[in-house]
Amino acid sequence: MKLRDRIVITGVGLTCPIGNSLPEFRANLLEGRSGVGPFETRYIGSVLAGVCRYDELKYQKRKEVRRGTRAGSISIYSANEAVRDAGLDWASVNKDRTGVYIGITEHGNVETENEIHEISKYNYDTAYWSHHHNPRTVANNPAGEVTLSLGITGPHYTIGAACAAGNIGFIQGAQMLRLDEVDLAIVGGVSESIHTFGIFASFKSQGALASHAEPAKASRPFDKARNGIVVAEGGCLCVLERLSDAERRGAKIYGEIAGYAINSDASDFVLPHARRQAECMKQALVRAGIAPRDIDILSSHATATEQGDIEECVAIREVFGNCEKLAINNTKSFIGHAMGAAGALELLGNVPAFQDGFAHATINLDDPDPACDCGAPQIVANRPRSLGQVNYILNNSFGMLGINSVLIVKRFTE
Amino acid sequence: MNPEDIRQVLLEILGRIVPDEDLSALQDDVPFREQIELDSMDFLDIVMELRKQYRIQIPEEDYAHLNTMGGAVNYLTPLMKDVSAPA
Repeated sequence: MKLRDRIVITGVGLTCPIGNSLPEFRANLLEGRSGVGPFETRYIGSVLAGVCRYDELKYQKRKEVRRGTRAGSISIYSANEAVRDAGLDWASVNKDRTGVYIGITEHGNVETENEIHEISKYNYDTAYWSHHHNPRTVANNPAGEVTLSLGITGPHYTIGAACAAGNIGFIQGAQMLRLDEVDLAIVGGVSESIHTFGIFASFKSQGALASHAEPAKASRPFDKARNGIVVAEGGCLCVLERLSDAERRGAKIYGEIAGYAINSDASDFVLPHARRQAECMKQALVRAGIAPRDIDILSSHATATEQGDIEECVAIREVFGNCEKLAINNTKSFIGHAMGAAGALELLGNVPAFQDGFAHATINLDDPDPACDCGAPQIVANRPRSLGQVNYILNNSFGMLGINSVLIVKRFTE
Repeated sequence: MNPEDIRQVLLEILGRIVPDEDLSALQDDVPFREQIELDSMDFLDIVMELRKQYRIQIPEEDYAHLNTMGGAVNYLTPLMKDVSAPA
């Protein structure tokens, strides 16, 4: 075991409402382009959502798309893109030393809702319930579909961690590399949640579903006029390797995992808890061996709910309140809340800052809520901010049942 | 439905279950699995589609009749004789 192995990101594959590759995603973030639009969903009708439009048949046969799940398809697309982007000679990669660790918010609701809808046409006779239901709904499905697609024979599983899951995919992969369980890890998060009416209905019943006459303006974290979450689908999977392996093969390095932390609020099913969020950020900083002032960009979790945004700002103020140069931004303002994929997409949407030196904006921040005061650091509002050299990015992802995850990525230097 | 109608129904179902396969040269007396990529889960889809679309209940012990196009058409002809052909 080499618990101090340096772990680096060497490949990126993603699909989100504003891009099917990292360059496309980044360009749209810097241009301020929203990916939120109207979406028809069963029983509810028209809602607002972030929808992905990637080529499903790029890495799957039509039969595989039909048999599998949307989360599996998003995972297969993202994983194949990541492997390709990493420049790996896939035929020579040791498949039994490759692991797949995918964060998910939930899985199986889409298929279960579909089957119940289907048997409702047959007077609820369960003889019409599909034999595909179990393989589609087992919790490892998205990661398992990746192994089928890429012939990976090492470990695979998903990590159920609500909306903190994207970060935790990275954390799990880094840990498995350091434990020498694998030599290559495909990590990140995915979500197919827009295809379940339940998620929209539940947020609506909770008073937490965003609405706006102009879809592009519906997702507005930190803004006074925010009125809830825009649900999105998406996926972002990355190749993680030990630095020594990456350097040996001359891999392109996007960034290095510098520190991370996961903790629990232990206080409420849905309400966030600033104190624990702050503790989580502090622990990640300690593990990274850096001070709050070393962070250049804080990629916030804020989902545009009334209390969630305020709690996160209270936590940020506690940890970073005197860091006037810190740029705080929010990717959900562009794409909505991609649930299990959110943490991974939001991190990777910011990672190009190591090259271009910009913090992308938080769009729709027309009237900042005074309750979302982070102290000295300012939220990057509506236009990207030029930062010069970016060394550290901190990515917050929090979820229901009080799960918090923080991941810090640093610019790669020898 | 006559045997030719049933053959068309089966081809339509197969077209959805194995959309990547060329079904134009399927031979009647050769098992489907030797001609196209069709595994046990796909096979169950044929049974399910017949149940859903035509309310044909096929007991498990009769599944072997569906292994070939010829066998399936012969088996289904008496079961589907009073079913209207799709428009």
